[in-house]
Amino acid sequence: MSEQSITLQPGAAPVEKIKSNNSALLRILRYTFFKIASLFVTVIVAIYLTILIANMGGYVDEIQRAQIREELQQHSFNDPAFKALAPEARTVRMEEMIRIREKRLGLDQPFAIRSFRFLSNALTLNLGWAQNMTSDSGSKQVRNIMLERLPPTLFLFASSNIILFFASIAIALSLSRRYASPLDKVIVALAPTGSAPAWFYGVFLIVIFAAVLRILPYGGMVDAPPPETPFEYFLSLMKHLALPLFAITLNTIFLNAYNWRTFFLIYSSEDYVEMAKAKGLSSRMLEQRYILRPTLPTIISTFALTLITLWTGAPILEGVFNWPGLGRTLLQAVGQYETSVIVGSTVIFAYMLAFTVFLLDFIYALVDPRVKVGGGSSHA
Amino acid sequence: MKTLRELSKYPSALAGLIIILDLVAVSIYAVVTIPYSEAIRLWRGGEDVWYRSPRNAPPTWTNFFRREKLPATFSLSLESESVTRSEKETADGKEIIITFPFDFSYDTFPQELALYLDPVYEEKQPYISVTMTTPDGRDLRIADFAVSPSQTYLFSQDTRLTRRLGGLVPHEGVFLNPEFESKTPIKGDYVITIKALTFEKDADLRAEFVMFGQVAGWAGTDHLRRDLSIALLWGTPVALMFGLLAAFGTSVATMVIAAVGVWYSGWVDGLIQRITEVNLLIPFIPMLIMIGTFYSRSIWVILSATILLSVFGGSIITYRAVFLQIKESPYIEAARAYGAGNARIILSYLIPRIIPLLIPQLVILIPANVFLEASLAVIGLGDPILPTWGKVITDAIGNGALYQGHYYWILEPAFLLMLTGLAFAMLGFVLDRIFNPRLRGI
Repeated sequence: MSEQSITLQPGAAPVEKIKSNNSALLRILRYTFFKIASLFVTVIVAIYLTILIANMGGYVDEIQRAQIREELQQHSFNDPAFKALAPEARTVRMEEMIRIREKRLGLDQPFAIRSFRFLSNALTLNLGWAQNMTSDSGSKQVRNIMLERLPPTLFLFASSNIILFFASIAIALSLSRRYASPLDKVIVALAPTGSAPAWFYGVFLIVIFAAVLRILPYGGMVDAPPPETPFEYFLSLMKHLALPLFAITLNTIFLNAYNWRTFFLIYSSEDYVEMAKAKGLSSRMLEQRYILRPTLPTIISTFALTLITLWTGAPILEGVFNWPGLGRTLLQAVGQYETSVIVGSTVIFAYMLAFTVFLLDFIYALVDPRVKVGGGSSHA
Repeated sequence: MKTLRELSKYPSALAGLIIILDLVAVSIYAVVTIPYSEAIRLWRGGEDVWYRSPRNAPPTWTNFFRREKLPATFSLSLESESVTRSEKETADGKEIIITFPFDFSYDTFPQELALYLDPVYEEKQPYISVTMTTPDGRDLRIADFAVSPSQTYLFSQDTRLTRRLGGLVPHEGVFLNPEFESKTPIKGDYVITIKALTFEKDADLRAEFVMFGQVAGWAGTDHLRRDLSIALLWGTPVALMFGLLAAFGTSVATMVIAAVGVWYSGWVDGLIQRITEVNLLIPFIPMLIMIGTFYSRSIWVILSATILLSVFGGSIITYRAVFLQIKESPYIEAARAYGAGNARIILSYLIPRIIPLLIPQLVILIPANVFLEASLAVIGLGDPILPTWGKVITDAIGNGALYQGHYYWILEPAFLLMLTGLAFAMLGFVLDRIFNPRLRGI
């Protein structure tokens, strides 16, 4: 929001000689490899921090201890030899079994060692079973509960961000052509609307389109029961997608258009653009090759920050629109105090952020020929 | 001073500034007139505090936009000016007469009429008869009964009164004349008279009459009969405080860290950059949700967590770039030559240079944090005690305000949030232009 003018690549590397196509490919591959490696390390650190925070109240261990107890109780109920014991002997035996199991799982080890084992579990989303929540397919495994909710989230955010990106570019370009026109002034005046989160506009849109006009649904992803033919299903999906998508777009489009139009204006006052204009190039070609191309890296790095803000706001947006995604699952988990799902969702959100950053860095490397070879591992 | 003169050239900045000053004035008013403990009592007091308001009533000013005026809510007690009370000794007790005159000039009926009666006696209950005088001069018999302590008499629950009114619902029937076909209430002055006969010398009766209208107060009420004005008023200082503290804490800490990193360079700088990279991947809202669920939902805990999580945010990269340039300036060289210490150079030479960049950043960060507080409240992680705008929105969404058409409930706090957000954002954008001349021409 406020960090519009920030580059993800602080030390833009010195200009390199452009070699043959072959070495360019190699360069990108090496860049990608180092990028993934460094991002992975970063993700591990971020998730480790998440675990430290979650565990400070001893919650992660509580999850495991509760699970052991439950499992052993279940097991012993089916054990005739155990049932035959006297009640006191049964308790003693139970405690003994729990102690042995905890020792086997390393719960008696110091926290520093335990936390690393939990880190590997969290990285692989191996978080055991939920206590109250179930996935729609009936599984109680935390991983299933979360992975089942991932596609709707990805669908909503991928579609809205793609639309947001291209719509912003189109508006920004046309504004830079019409600098200081009434439309330009309106967009500049509307830029501060980007300071409110997407869910906030969502509430207004629901009031207008769902409650008053009654033309679009309040929330959800498809009608209940889901339509049978694929075409009807698609229509229903689009109808439900309209409002959240509109909310996300409305949220940042003016701010993006304002910022990017400024970049376009800065770049279009460069000497080489004047030169090209003097050569008599068409304005379309001028825009595509001489203005859009050099501005793209800057645009992509500001878009990265917009995306990150949007990602973090995902749970609330999904909650307001009742969108059956990961964010809503996180909110449900908060409501039901389902600790393992809360930790798991945080981990997935960290993964998705990392993936987003990687994707944008990769596109950045594609559009910016100056990216330093292999330097990616040590620098940004 | 120069900045102020520059600001006055931009109408949007002036508008933003005026709104901010108004909000500050409202905050001061709220905190002074409704002290913290009183606000909490009014917001969490329970039915004892809220019983005088109707449920889900829109604000009174909405009548201004309606052709059919909805009845407003009011209550009359013995302390009210218009209420009269007289007593007369009788053979074995007293006769107390209390009158509640009121003016009714609305086009629809109220939700409910109620009498709250509290007699003082030793053994024998006082006996009361309630009558109502209508503007067309009729005397309606409402009810006769013996009152017990803290008794509530609801007009709508009285089946005998319903029968006497010919099957009409009492709180509507008392406003109609049976001889006319009209279905609209008769406008004019009504008087409710309670005539109480006590059978003991020092017996007494306290009474309160409440008309639960269709509209109430300047802000309306929620599903628990709470007056929303408390939350709207008290939400202002809370929102401003959260926004200002979070934005200030974050920007200043970020700036100092960036300066330290650039000045010492080497591993310190490297470490700060690595932390920034990691922090970028920590999902902000899920993390706050985790902290709110596992530790505490107090506004102070969430505020500290917000600052901690955003200190190593994206803006550290911008500050770093600027500091790297400043570090090479000759005057820094000169400072080093005369033997200035590290702390001195960072605090007195590096940081002051970046303040023009910091101020607009800070102002733009405020609305983001005001909305953050509301966002957290919307997902149920608001402060458990304080009344805030976000919590009104949460209550509204959670209790189906959108489905049932109680739009005022959600739009009032949303409007205030938007006003606050826009005011700071407009000011911040203009400050950004003034302090960063690169953007000025554009």
